[in-house]
Amino acid sequence: MKKEYKTVRSIAGPLFYVEKVQDVAYGEIARVRLPSGEDRLGQVLEVSDDVVLLQLFAGTAGANLDNSAVKFLGKGLELAVSSEMLGRVFDGLGNPIDGGGEVIAEDRKDVSGLAINPYARSYPDEFIQTGISAIDAMNTLVRGQKLPVFSGSGLPHNQITAQIARQAAVRGKKEDFCVVFAAMGITFEEADFFRKDFEKTGAIERSVMFLNLADDPAIERLATPKMALTAAEFLAFEKDYHVLVIMTNMTNYAEALREVSAARKEIPGRRGYPGYMYTDLASIYERAGRIKDKKGSITQIPVLTMPNDDKTHPIPDLTGYITEGQIILSRELEHGGVYPPIDVLPSLSRLKEKGIGEGKTRDDHSAVTSQLFAAYARGKQAKELAVILGEEALSDEDKKFSKFADEYENSYVAQGEYESRTIEESLDLGWELLKMLPREELKRVKDEQIDKYMK
Amino acid sequence: MSETKGKIIKISGPLVGAVGLKGVKMNEVVRVGKDSLIGEIVELHGEKASIQVYEETGGIKPGEEVVTTGSSLSVQLGPGLIGSIFDGIQRPLDVVRNETGDFIARGAKAQGLDRKKKWDFKASVKKGDKVSAGTVIGTVEETPTVQHRVMVPPGLEGEITVIESGKFTVIDDVAEIKDSSGKTHKIQMLQEWPVRKKRPYLEKVPPEEPLISGQRVIDTFFPIAKGGVACIPGPFGSGKTIVQQQLAKWTDAEIVVYIGCGERGNEMTDVLQEFPELEDPYSGEPLIKRTVLIANTSNMPVAAREASIYTGTTIAEYLRDMGYKVALMADSTSRWAEALREMSGRLEEMPGEEGYPAYLASRVAEFYERGGRVKCLGADREGSLSIIGAVSPPGGDLSDPMVKNTLRVVKVFWGLDDDLSSQRHFPAIHWLRSYSLYGDALRDYYEKEVGEGFSDLRKQAMGILQKEESLEEIVRLVGEESLSDKDRQVLDTAKMIREDFLQQHAFDPDETFTHIKNQYRMISAIMKYHSRALEYIEAGNTLADLKPGKVKEKIARMKFYEDEKTEDFDKLDKEIEKLFASSSSEDDITDAEDEKLPAIEGIGEKTERLLIEKGYDSPEKIKKAGVETLAEIDGIGEKTAQKIIEQLGKKSADKKQAERKKDSQ
Repeated sequence: MKKEYKTVRSIAGPLFYVEKVQDVAYGEIARVRLPSGEDRLGQVLEVSDDVVLLQLFAGTAGANLDNSAVKFLGKGLELAVSSEMLGRVFDGLGNPIDGGGEVIAEDRKDVSGLAINPYARSYPDEFIQTGISAIDAMNTLVRGQKLPVFSGSGLPHNQITAQIARQAAVRGKKEDFCVVFAAMGITFEEADFFRKDFEKTGAIERSVMFLNLADDPAIERLATPKMALTAAEFLAFEKDYHVLVIMTNMTNYAEALREVSAARKEIPGRRGYPGYMYTDLASIYERAGRIKDKKGSITQIPVLTMPNDDKTHPIPDLTGYITEGQIILSRELEHGGVYPPIDVLPSLSRLKEKGIGEGKTRDDHSAVTSQLFAAYARGKQAKELAVILGEEALSDEDKKFSKFADEYENSYVAQGEYESRTIEESLDLGWELLKMLPREELKRVKDEQIDKYMK
Repeated sequence: MSETKGKIIKISGPLVGAVGLKGVKMNEVVRVGKDSLIGEIVELHGEKASIQVYEETGGIKPGEEVVTTGSSLSVQLGPGLIGSIFDGIQRPLDVVRNETGDFIARGAKAQGLDRKKKWDFKASVKKGDKVSAGTVIGTVEETPTVQHRVMVPPGLEGEITVIESGKFTVIDDVAEIKDSSGKTHKIQMLQEWPVRKKRPYLEKVPPEEPLISGQRVIDTFFPIAKGGVACIPGPFGSGKTIVQQQLAKWTDAEIVVYIGCGERGNEMTDVLQEFPELEDPYSGEPLIKRTVLIANTSNMPVAAREASIYTGTTIAEYLRDMGYKVALMADSTSRWAEALREMSGRLEEMPGEEGYPAYLASRVAEFYERGGRVKCLGADREGSLSIIGAVSPPGGDLSDPMVKNTLRVVKVFWGLDDDLSSQRHFPAIHWLRSYSLYGDALRDYYEKEVGEGFSDLRKQAMGILQKEESLEEIVRLVGEESLSDKDRQVLDTAKMIREDFLQQHAFDPDETFTHIKNQYRMISAIMKYHSRALEYIEAGNTLADLKPGKVKEKIARMKFYEDEKTEDFDKLDKEIEKLFASSSSEDDITDAEDEKLPAIEGIGEKTERLLIEKGYDSPEKIKKAGVETLAEIDGIGEKTAQKIIEQLGKKSADKKQAERKKDSQ
């Protein structure tokens, strides 16, 4: 029988200091019984002599010093995993909230996870077709990649991620595929949008949802992505599923991290975020990938809103340094009525070159998209120039490029929310658009390719 | 070695506090807790010691034991380093995988070097030879490209009493040395060296050879020397890692040590999968046969990240001591600085700028100063260690303390630019912001080994790029119409330099590496085009009349010319000359009235000047004079004279033909 401590010395924000404690390990989980009889979970953040610093996932409201009882459970934060999790909905700490009762555990896993040995990894190089041209052709997603969506408040990141979840597939293969969805601090309506969308397409049967909504305890958010990724690792590496993990919204996660750091009175790094935020985010994002000799894989699509649309803000900045590219949404395109408003120029997929080409997509993929990038960049420059000097001042060539840029946005980037283009359709459409430009300007494609594909 | 046992009293992330470690030294390695995790003493306060632990500390409890080891954090040096991938404290990751599976669990006990493998040791000294620190006593063919030289460890001197060739493991005795006091020392191939201490050498000498990488923007514009130090700062997505990997692949260093410090796991996997396949352009062997990898990915323990830089540097120094030209890539040093900051914060030290510890600047300087070209201990050997560090400033902001501290010590700065990378101009090294201070030191090499006038060409090309920047400003304000033809040509040439020279496709096998001599010919072709075009404009022609289409297309394709195949470039040069010669021939008549000499193919400016000086200022006069008269002019021989007349004849024939054509239309 574990001891129960009533020696709470102080309470500050989400933190509990308990003294005269013995035999408690760093990272251990504790159950705190409040005077009201309610139980809350907490995790040990620091042990010093006989004082333990505890972080309560559900906050400290209602706790007092004299009548709160703390019991250490002798283990880290765990999740009961099983294939039966598919189709179920859990709260941010992994408790079922869909009325379906407890999951019969095949195993219990510590949620903090371990680093994949780089020697055991297998490099991601399988093309995933999402049906969205701006991603498939321009910023290709591959299996095992972590590719975040950098959005802004009010931009349609939910629609886009839902569309990806709906349409994503590796071509020519029928494989076990599932979605793990982690919601951190998003509204009920947003979560409901995803649930409905999954139900409508039948995807709900092969998805696991972990929901921490905006009115749920903020600190619980720190555990939610770990829960989701633990479930994903189990499904991918023990049950051979190809798992797509959607985590929204990482900005809320980072805010919770800052809240705890501030309560601990740590020396703040940039904009008040803790100095270890890079490492902390990495411990989430790095849990994507493939492992040699294992069938399954984990592909991550984290979503974050850039505060003030600023990509140099610490949250997108540190994320961009860890993830393998980013899909950036643009308010300007959104105002121009373009869906999906993906700004292809600052977007990037670092794994693109390894996932495309002959045998994977098509031999002209790299060249034609490189040409589209260059032409679009030049067209945008011409458009900027036209704003200052007037359309008349542009050279004939620049006028062509400027027109190309408009056309590119309106008929290439833009597509329907339920429209799924094959990669061939996306590439052919690119060639079609390039016809607008003088042939001698097409320096990045080879003559043979022009003859073959520009019909 | 006496062990002292202490007790854990505090755990906070990777930092553990302990008491009872009497006599323990700073930076001593200790074993922490039940799993005996590796830790290092980083602070001593009376009874209390602070330990940074190189593994996850979850599950450790106060009261568990801490045991001293008496030694500092060291690496194992000897045959078996090349081709391996280690974690931050030199545990081979393949062995760790066998021990703990696909995920890295705590407490793996893997040794740095394989102690069972037998190596073929060939003694290179014999009994009775006098040896001192650094003397090579024997060699092992470690890989087809790397001959491992077993050296007498620093601090030892004496006479060889026993030595034998044969098959040995790294811990077998291969020799015995008797020092002056008569004491006998047994020598094994394996040596240990503390990572935080630089390895000794005879003396440092200034670098004078470039580290050639086949990357045009680097070799031609911002070269680094063998033994030099460089940094690559840039925001995320600007291509730091690709530049680092390109350097690791294609530099003419004999050995590359690549440290993945706090970066992505997949990147290390990429190197691991790709390097055995890729061929070293210098030796033809797989690249992995000259590479050592150190990986501390961003989710591996943060304290080991701090150590990984030192582990890699020490291994690189050891290989340098054998007389090799070693290049070390550290990607990214910012993660190392952040690890320092995290530990400093947990130690509750007074923070400096942006929360970084006050000693950041000196640590950075110390690290880069371990690079250099040195005369090695022992016999007449020279080795060099070039260090290239990536820096990842938050938000790409170059006022970041890590960038500032780095720029104070490095001599090459390759500044990556976000705008360039979003336009997919790769490598996104910004030509106006970057610099290399090795230009002067390397000038002789470039002039002698690569091509005459290389430095001038580089200077001229830089001038054009600089001018482009100010002209663009004008264009933005008033439009391109307002520019003179000369200025337009500057813009045109700048575009050629940017698109056909600076941009280089890392993933295109035909383009990923450009031989330095080809780089020279490429830039000289572009500059030739430029100067001919200017002359052409000065002669009163307008650019609009020029039809350079084909020649320009060829310029754009010269990056695909085979290594050192000069004929292709000779042909291109001729075509450039011809373009302007034939273009200006149409204006011969007006030129003659202006008493100007048209460009004559194959005739330099000097000859032309001579002709004008002597009064032969029109084609007619020259033709009238004839070969013999011309040959009498000082500085013009018979051959040249003949050529002049020949060319002029051809030209007028061309003209007549053109006229005939016109007439017939």
